Amino acid sequence: AEVEEILKRIQAHRGVIATMVINAEGIPVRTTLDNSTTVQYTGLLHQLTMKARSTVRDIDPQNDLTFLRIRSKKHEIMIIPGNTSIKITIELYVL
Amino acid sequence: MEIVYVYTRKRSEFGRPCSFSDRPAKVNVDIPPDPSMAGNFVLRNPVDSYVQHTSDMSEHEVNTERVEVESRGVNHVEGGWPKDINPQEVEQTIRFRKKVEKDENYVNTIVHLGTLMEHCVKQNNAINIYEEYFGEEETVEVEDEPPSAKTINVISKLTSFFDVLLSKRDPNVTKRTATHLSWHPDTCKKLAVAYSSLEFQQNMKDMSFDSYIWDLENPNKPELVLKPSSPLVSLEYNPKDSHVLVGGCYNGQMAYWDTRKGGLPVEVSTVEVSHRDPVYGAIWLQSKTGTECFSASTDGQVLWWDIRKLSEPTESLVLDITRKGLLENALGAVTLEFEPTMPTKFMVGTEQGIVIACNRKAKTPPEKITSTYSGHIGPVYALARNPFYPKIFLTVGDWTARIWSEETKESSIMWTKYHLSYLTDGCWSTVRPAVFFTTRSDGTLDVWDFLFKQNDPSLSLKVCNEPLASLRLQDNGCVVGCGSKLGTVTLLEISSALCTLQRNEKTLATAMFERETKREKILESRHREMRLKERARSEGQETVVEERLVENPEEVLSRTRREFFEVIEAELQRRTRAETQCLHGKVPGTARTRDRGRDSPPWGGGQGSASAFQVKDRAGDEAAVQGEESQLPKEEEEEEKDVA
Repeated sequence: AEVEEILKRIQAHRGVIATMVINAEGIPVRTTLDNSTTVQYTGLLHQLTMKARSTVRDIDPQNDLTFLRIRSKKHEIMIIPGNTSIKITIELYVL
Repeated sequence: MEIVYVYTRKRSEFGRPCSFSDRPAKVNVDIPPDPSMAGNFVLRNPVDSYVQHTSDMSEHEVNTERVEVESRGVNHVEGGWPKDINPQEVEQTIRFRKKVEKDENYVNTIVHLGTLMEHCVKQNNAINIYEEYFGEEETVEVEDEPPSAKTINVISKLTSFFDVLLSKRDPNVTKRTATHLSWHPDTCKKLAVAYSSLEFQQNMKDMSFDSYIWDLENPNKPELVLKPSSPLVSLEYNPKDSHVLVGGCYNGQMAYWDTRKGGLPVEVSTVEVSHRDPVYGAIWLQSKTGTECFSASTDGQVLWWDIRKLSEPTESLVLDITRKGLLENALGAVTLEFEPTMPTKFMVGTEQGIVIACNRKAKTPPEKITSTYSGHIGPVYALARNPFYPKIFLTVGDWTARIWSEETKESSIMWTKYHLSYLTDGCWSTVRPAVFFTTRSDGTLDVWDFLFKQNDPSLSLKVCNEPLASLRLQDNGCVVGCGSKLGTVTLLEISSALCTLQRNEKTLATAMFERETKREKILESRHREMRLKERARSEGQETVVEERLVENPEEVLSRTRREFFEVIEAELQRRTRAETQCLHGKVPGTARTRDRGRDSPPWGGGQGSASAFQVKDRAGDEAAVQGEESQLPKEEEEEEKDVA
């Protein structure tokens, strides 16, 4: 229930297009997008996050990835990695 | 003869220490030379010997292994799901998801992550840290690169072995001028070139009549050889049907080809009804059938044809500006211009330097000629309307290029300075309203940007050593092809600065043209007023005028002769001064203002064309005197010619 609340709150923010929660194996647990898009995002972003995390850790083993932002022309994708799950938010910003 | 030397030693003496002693040299064998053996040999005189001072080189060959490339694809399937769950089954996935969500750890993590995420999202919404703060000013791009053009292709008769670039050979021995170029309307990868020799009565027997269609990809062989019955002077692709071309021949006939049917013309017009002089201009008309075209030639006629029936023209017009329709008075047409957006009007440039604007739909033949524009001293070799401003058109002839507005009939609104060599062809750029190209008879291609600089061309390129005869811009505005007198066609790519529209160029160009047109109109009205005044004055003072006329010829002749030579001397001196300045490294000042360029009369090779012209001058006060003077130098030239 709390989970729902939090996710709903995030989704309600201005500019947020979609939210996704992905578990450690890369399976989308909760998503607000349609299936095919979700699968696409999951596959791509999960790997990217893993790579980013391992990069940070390689450079400094004490360090860890807290937040990953991908800004593109049209959108911004925000990823927060957790131990068991990763949360992804897709936002739109206007230049 | 065997020479043997024997050395003996007793066995008992072996092993004894050696005791060396010195003794003088003794000749053991003496073999004298045997002259009789010399007969077996021959004395060699002279003896060949060589010396070479080069570095040693060796030749090696290497053949790399061929790399095999293969295209492969990977098919992704949704994965990650535990073994027992089938990702296609919605129920199973939902169930799995629910199970995951019930996990306590999951809830904690999500809560924690959620707060973080909210924080960042709020951050984002609060301020856009990547905002472009000075976005407006960024768009002012300074064009640092000077305008330039580079040769991309040369279609010529090169016989060198260093043809690294694609160069196309004109397989004929006798070189002919590339008189006309036409780009393929759709692909712009093909170029049709008409070759003919325009020298009067200099056609050699083995000169071939062929004209070629070149494909830019194939450097060595023309894609199609067109074989007319007489060399083609002009050639045009049909803009609607890219397989059909019409060509005007040297003997006045018109022929049309279909590229699908080969190199022989599909139909040729009959000799009796065709032109009697080379057809210098042939253009397709805008019609529903797409088969109409018209042609003009120096015999003074403009004929309209329908391709399907080339046995006789559908219409004809005699270019007689006295509007009587007499062939004797007609002016020979050298170039033809037609704008598809104005289907009933067209313009003809003549040998005598007059541009005639005609209306096809006029009721009677004399009315077909709507107006004339005179101002060139020699044949008008090129005539083009500005694609952006249909009322403005460009004419190229004698040593200048002039820009005219349809409304001002008395003179051009803008012109370039007088060059040292003839201008042979010109055309507007299809992308920029104030840019046009001209070719000269010293082999130079000039690109003029009238908004930027009017005294000199923005870019002047020496394309080849022989005169350039024709010019054609590709529809995209970036590639221009020019044909030369010896049959070489060079393709040049213009730098992007000259073929991309600048931001407010259109407004600036419009303003410039309007300004010049207005100026001309004012001058015109002023001249008209002055002429009226003169007439009024002269009517009241007829006797005085008569006297003036009697004594004028002698005095005025000597005076003008003196002035004429003075001007020439001044010009020569100025040029030598400019050259010495140039040698000293200083740039010769472009102090040649437009007035200067206009006032210096054409010397050294004047055309001396038959009809007299009113040379307009800018200083309005000397209108009457200058008018007389300008007519007399012409007689001057004729006199000189008689003397010389």
